[in-house]
Amino acid sequence: MLGPFLETLIGGLLTGVLYSLVALGFVLIFKASGVFNFAQGAMVLFAALSFARLAEFMPLPLALLLAIVVMVALAYAVEFLVLRRLVNQEGIILFMATLGIAYFLEGFGQTVWGSDIYKIRLGLPTNPIFLFESVFPGGILIDPSELIAATICGLLVLVLALFFQVTRVGRALRAVADDHQAAQSVGIPLNQIWLVVWAVAGLVALVAGMMWGTKLGVQFSLSLVALKALPVLILGGFTSIPGAIVGGLIIGAGEKLAEVMLAPVLIRTFDLAGGGIENWFAYVLALVFLLFRPQGLFGERIIERV
Amino acid sequence: MRAPSAQDVAAGELLLSVENVSLAFGGVKAITNVSFDIRRGEIRAIIGPNGAGKTSMLNVINGFYNPQRGKITFKGRTRTRMRPYEAARGGIARTFQNVALFKGMTTLDNIMAGRTLKMQRGFFWQVLRVGPALTEEVEQRRIVEEIIDFLKIQHIRKVPVGKLPYGLQKRVELARALAMEPDLLLLDEPMAGMNLEEKEDMCRFILDVNDQYGTTIALIEHDMGVVMDLSNRVLVLDHGIKIADGVPATVQADATVIDAYLGVGH
Repeated sequence: MLGPFLETLIGGLLTGVLYSLVALGFVLIFKASGVFNFAQGAMVLFAALSFARLAEFMPLPLALLLAIVVMVALAYAVEFLVLRRLVNQEGIILFMATLGIAYFLEGFGQTVWGSDIYKIRLGLPTNPIFLFESVFPGGILIDPSELIAATICGLLVLVLALFFQVTRVGRALRAVADDHQAAQSVGIPLNQIWLVVWAVAGLVALVAGMMWGTKLGVQFSLSLVALKALPVLILGGFTSIPGAIVGGLIIGAGEKLAEVMLAPVLIRTFDLAGGGIENWFAYVLALVFLLFRPQGLFGERIIERV
Repeated sequence: MRAPSAQDVAAGELLLSVENVSLAFGGVKAITNVSFDIRRGEIRAIIGPNGAGKTSMLNVINGFYNPQRGKITFKGRTRTRMRPYEAARGGIARTFQNVALFKGMTTLDNIMAGRTLKMQRGFFWQVLRVGPALTEEVEQRRIVEEIIDFLKIQHIRKVPVGKLPYGLQKRVELARALAMEPDLLLLDEPMAGMNLEEKEDMCRFILDVNDQYGTTIALIEHDMGVVMDLSNRVLVLDHGIKIADGVPATVQADATVIDAYLGVGH
């Protein structure tokens, strides 16, 4: 029993890292500008599409480089054409703007790159690895490409955390996240900071898109991955980078375990069909969190004075 | 140790002049046709009852608000519109009435944030934090530690400022503003909500800043005793209109000012 449990757990955690990565994009922008960026999913799709199509014509590193350029240019366009003109507007108006950006990007991506299913081949090893064969019968099966993806994500998160913690730009980003007015008063230009966070969120989207694209193929449904990031955010808190990571891991592991462990119980005891648990489990978990700990695991405590 | 006398200052060089500035929010007039100046090296108080337009005036000076009419000349350059970070770049630092610190960051990081404009190394180096950027960070740290010593906040260097008592937060905010090495320091009620001892400390710090760094200071304050002790000249606003401007003794004796404060004669 322990063998399959561990196998499911590890598989779930590896998927969870990918959820974390998408959630991270949301957190970056939310922290710095208080904007809930609905377009994060569309950015993942757009980045993956750009990379997949570019990789058809050129070597991978060059395609990666160009895709980075595309995402930075996108950040610039968003800042220059949209955010700059909506300074000091209500949160809901900025949210609507990102909704518009999301649908534009989804459509525009198809206009430029086409709407078929594209494959990303990063040349990662695909032969499954078996661990602890001596301990468990059959060992524990791990997909090496997932392992590599998780490692890359982990590294990216580490680099981002360092960037925020020790550099001047990182300090400026945290300053803006804490207090817009005070940040401006010490000479931090909000526009440039927004440009930086959107660019970083774009790069995170690119990595997420490449990883998910390798797994599922680059297609429209990739943008729906973003919807899985919502429960992750509610678990981890909207403003916490560690929260996004831990939240992703919990959701990833939780839903896989629920699917494998809970379904047989439901089938046996209640004679249900038992499928689809993976689809709703994350959201139910998020709802429970909303009821008992609305700020999430690591989010800032919401104290309302009455 | 005392700020330079009114006579010294009157002869001083003009640092900032505000001419016929009017500011309105929709139909509400916050400031109506106010002119005044600030000379280099002086401590300039802005006083007046609640809603007199004092904070609005500071917001106009550092670019949070753009006045509908009038012009502002700072260090010889006249401008009508300016963004806050441009004001900061020009040498204007400020504190806020309700303490606007970066609450999640430590005292040290808050003050380092005040050095933002003094750090010139490129983004690339900043990200890697090696080579010139590291040397620069070390140099900046030295200056920040000096300010920390000056304001006697060594013991809270590593504490997140959100956890500090209010009086200390105000001091950290002053430190952050000082870290910008400003030509003009705007203090919005630096002593509000403080007990007597904290007020005395803050008074001393303000005088020391003015004395040792030669920083020009404009401050808003309610405590008349403090204002009279600290400032070289006092500007009095009431309902957005300038009702008096001069040395503390004159202003204190002014009938209009007394009326405004006691609410008589309207």
